[in-house]
Amino acid sequence: MRALLSARWVTLGVLCLVIAALPLVFPSSYYYRVAALVWISAIAAVGLNILMGYAGQVSLGHAGFLGIGAYAVAIGPARFGLNSWLCILLGALLSAALAWLVGRTILRLRGHYLAIATLGFGFLIALVLANEARWTGGPDGTPVARVSVAGFRLAGPVTWYWLSGALLALGTALALNLEDSSVGRALRALHDSEIAAALAGIDVARCKLWAFIIAAVYASVAGSMLALFDGFVTPDVASFLRSIDLVAMVVVGGIGSSAGSILGAGLLVTLPQFLTVFAEYEQIALGLIIMLVMIFLRRGIVPTAQQLFAPRRR
Amino acid sequence: MTLLVAENVGIRFGGVRAVENVSFAVQAGHIFSIIGPNGAGKTTLFNVLSGIYRPDSGRVLLAGEDVTGMPPHRLAAKGIARTFQNLQIFYGMTVVENVMVGRHLREDRRIVPSMLGLPSAARQNRATRQKAREILAFVGLGDPADEPAGSLPYGALRRLEIARALALEPRLLLLDEPAAGCNPVETAELGELVRSIVRQGVTIMLVEHDMRFVMQISDRLLVLDGGRTLAEGSAAALRQNPEVIAAYLGRHGAREANPALS
Repeated sequence: MRALLSARWVTLGVLCLVIAALPLVFPSSYYYRVAALVWISAIAAVGLNILMGYAGQVSLGHAGFLGIGAYAVAIGPARFGLNSWLCILLGALLSAALAWLVGRTILRLRGHYLAIATLGFGFLIALVLANEARWTGGPDGTPVARVSVAGFRLAGPVTWYWLSGALLALGTALALNLEDSSVGRALRALHDSEIAAALAGIDVARCKLWAFIIAAVYASVAGSMLALFDGFVTPDVASFLRSIDLVAMVVVGGIGSSAGSILGAGLLVTLPQFLTVFAEYEQIALGLIIMLVMIFLRRGIVPTAQQLFAPRRR
Repeated sequence: MTLLVAENVGIRFGGVRAVENVSFAVQAGHIFSIIGPNGAGKTTLFNVLSGIYRPDSGRVLLAGEDVTGMPPHRLAAKGIARTFQNLQIFYGMTVVENVMVGRHLREDRRIVPSMLGLPSAARQNRATRQKAREILAFVGLGDPADEPAGSLPYGALRRLEIARALALEPRLLLLDEPAAGCNPVETAELGELVRSIVRQGVTIMLVEHDMRFVMQISDRLLVLDGGRTLAEGSAAALRQNPEVIAAYLGRHGAREANPALS
């Protein structure tokens, strides 16, 4: 138990340390911007890891929930005069409700079939966002009102760096707590054997649904943050490539590991920035790096590293 | 007291009648075994009793309550636990975590307190882990509790499945070929373990191929052949039953089960 507990605190401690210390080496505000994008993507990835890593269920349409969260903070304040913070909550509730509705049906599917069904769900959201121009502004997108706290306008990369960093730390803490709880164990158990889990008294369908809902809420909150940070949102936020990006973050970093999901988010957001030196070959270089990681670190970066450096227990 | 009753249970897959018109009653505190050649329907019957299959006909009563076709997780809540012939271990977890999963129904399963990591959640985790360790010690797996489950040898994995099932504190424990792949020493130890489980008040149903083991340990046996009941009775009665000897045990099996015949 001590090992598990300390692992939880080490992950969280290192994360907080990194968030606190990174600005010391940032030469310009551009770096704050990239890092804030990393934290925001990592929130969605940590949530998706609960579905994919803990419960072992894939979602190829998770950016759909990113889109719902993003458009909630765009449409709510602009059309209904709602408070932006309230809209983050409303977006999360809407995502949870939709995840419940959709998940009840499609989580009965397994493996490839579940992948395709979630893929379809993602496409559907992206289509609605692009076509309901009256509400969403269509393919050109729509501006998002800036938020303020007690008259202080939250703008600029530095503010958002701290805000998203704090939210990521919170989201990670919640995910780590869940992992080592009765529900978390149930999710990890059904990942390995649904039949044995059911016979241990676990309501498998219900647990999967919970994982799907929690992952949807994480994505929705991340989507809201992204939209508020950018001040503008397009249907691209819910695109298929976004969904694949999220899955790649979870898998490259190490499926089942929250730390891995954060690292994966860091890699997939920052690598394209570094790889601009390759100019038109940037995408090829990115793809190659991901392939190499998966070939040589099959279980993902963090779990492989843990195995390498963990003292052999006897 | 009768704990479990099966009444005319039948199930078919396509045109194949895997189990047909099987009835029996299991007394509380007994070891009740199901034997029969491969394909006799033993594991299928276990799958019906544990809720994995819903029978096409007949009823299953647990302590008088009709539990026919109940899903596995609800049967678990009613007190039925089982192990698997082909092991179903949670390989992504440690040994002790595997057993902790078996405590699921005894734990607070609300999402929000779990995620917030409230002191109550930490307390519950400690209590569950403590209980799981006690159960592991009971089945003789106290030492490797924090190792990954996959690091255990085959015989230990069988014990781990028993520990996980015991964590439910079941009334009825279904053991599907617990002695498969075990050497004679391990089988003898397993017999001891099964007896000590019964002493704790758990009723046991057993599917087993090891005739010597099953004849020694069982209070009553049900012999299946081709999905039908061939005979039912005590080990002593079955040894004398010519149908059983001819159809199932064969000459070799009869010798093993009853050294006096040879």
